[in-house]
Amino acid sequence: MSTKTIDQINEKIKKGKAVVLTAEEVSKMSENHTPSEILKKVDVVTTATFGAMCSSGAFINFGHADPAIRMEKLKLNDVNVFSGVAAVDAYIGATEESETNPKYGGAHIIEALIKGEDVHLEAHAKGTDCYPRKEIVTTINKNNVNEMFLFNPRNAYQNYPAATNTTNKMIYTYMGNLLPKMGNITYSTSGELSPLLNDPEFRTIGIGTRIFLCGAQGFVSWNGTQFNTSVKKNKNGIPVHNATTLAVIGDMKQMDPEFIKAAYFEKYGVSIYIGIGIPIPVLDEEIARCVSIKNKDINTTVMDYGKNGHPAICETDYEKLQSGTITINGKSIRTAPLSSLYKARIIANKLKNQIIDETFQITQPVQNLPKNTNLTGLEIRGENK
Amino acid sequence: MKKRFILTFPAGRTNNPITYDLIKKYNIKINIIKANIGAEEEGSLLLEMIAEESDLNNAQEYLKENNINCQSVEKRVQFIENECMHCGACTAVCFAGALTLGKDDWKLSFDATKCIVCELCVKACPLGLFEIHFSE
Repeated sequence: MSTKTIDQINEKIKKGKAVVLTAEEVSKMSENHTPSEILKKVDVVTTATFGAMCSSGAFINFGHADPAIRMEKLKLNDVNVFSGVAAVDAYIGATEESETNPKYGGAHIIEALIKGEDVHLEAHAKGTDCYPRKEIVTTINKNNVNEMFLFNPRNAYQNYPAATNTTNKMIYTYMGNLLPKMGNITYSTSGELSPLLNDPEFRTIGIGTRIFLCGAQGFVSWNGTQFNTSVKKNKNGIPVHNATTLAVIGDMKQMDPEFIKAAYFEKYGVSIYIGIGIPIPVLDEEIARCVSIKNKDINTTVMDYGKNGHPAICETDYEKLQSGTITINGKSIRTAPLSSLYKARIIANKLKNQIIDETFQITQPVQNLPKNTNLTGLEIRGENK
Repeated sequence: MKKRFILTFPAGRTNNPITYDLIKKYNIKINIIKANIGAEEEGSLLLEMIAEESDLNNAQEYLKENNINCQSVEKRVQFIENECMHCGACTAVCFAGALTLGKDDWKLSFDATKCIVCELCVKACPLGLFEIHFSE
């Protein structure tokens, strides 16, 4: 069986001979090409997603004032920011909300910093011999901080359940506003374009993989939190609900506000839309088969967000979800996405052009992501109300 | 032509049979979609009007003379389109079918002729891009 190496592919890219397609283009191509033919013809496939990814945040270093302060209580634009990392380092959690305006939070600060806007900083400290200052009020922006980089613990979920609501009341969730009595169904992946659905066994994506992150070049830094390889798979090897995730890192100073958006979900809270693109080198026939996956071959589970534990109602597939309606128990139900396929396509095409233009190099992972992982829940110990 | 308008009645005008006049005097086919009377007896009415353009113009003149504000739905539904990321969250709740994603390009479009001013999109948009003024 023939194979290719990443070095060979990068060599082809340098010579201007590499063929780079988006995952949607290669899915279309697979209608009349075998995996073996795709392996011969295609070198890299670009995947992308643009969706709400709450588990995101940014490390930032402000630099030292004179006299210096060991920031202990810190607010940026009235949003609490974690300052328990040394004197002037901080972590801005995307979902942290302002106490005075709950529709504004960490995500908005991250977006404002990327846009180059000034952000109000207020910090307090007890004062020490080496850091005598007890308070500071100033403004910061992308040009006057030392570093600011996104470090998102859980992004790019490999599949996600679709959501509906069987109760008699409208409910407001991170899966959008769900009408009563199964009046709608929302879903949140880019289907056949989604990164981890095109490399379900992590043959090419691993720690150190260079990725498109919000317009900059970032990296997969670790397996994401709640990384679960034990989810039931369909006949095509695709988990039928949320499974693995990625922790990703990238320089915010290089990011483009077009590909990162602060968001607010009614009665849920602040979140952030993150744009991620991942190139998959087509190294062998098995990878060629994986990147050819079509929406109809990717299943997900419809879950009832109106009930505790979100019990499963049925399974469906992304071709049906993207058609605009699905039928459950004879009832036709409107479906709607929450992640932007429009933006994901822009990212996949942008990444494709960057690879062709040699501004984005394909990488070999430094280490593979873990196998045979499970999720544990949080057991309630001691007294609880 | 067919168009949707929001009529705003000042306090004290909600007892007048304005809709009757629009039908009888101006030959307008009317579909009442939404109506509301506020605490001070001011009122709002969402109407679909089907009529010849000249009749519709005369009707608007009549409403003006009677101190009733008549604005097309587009003017009362503000959508900051250039900031839209086309996620589709609003389409989940728009049962009138005014907000839809393009089948091929997956871009959001808003068709004011279908809007029933239910205001569900206001809370559904994660970027808060909709503002609707039905009752002023």
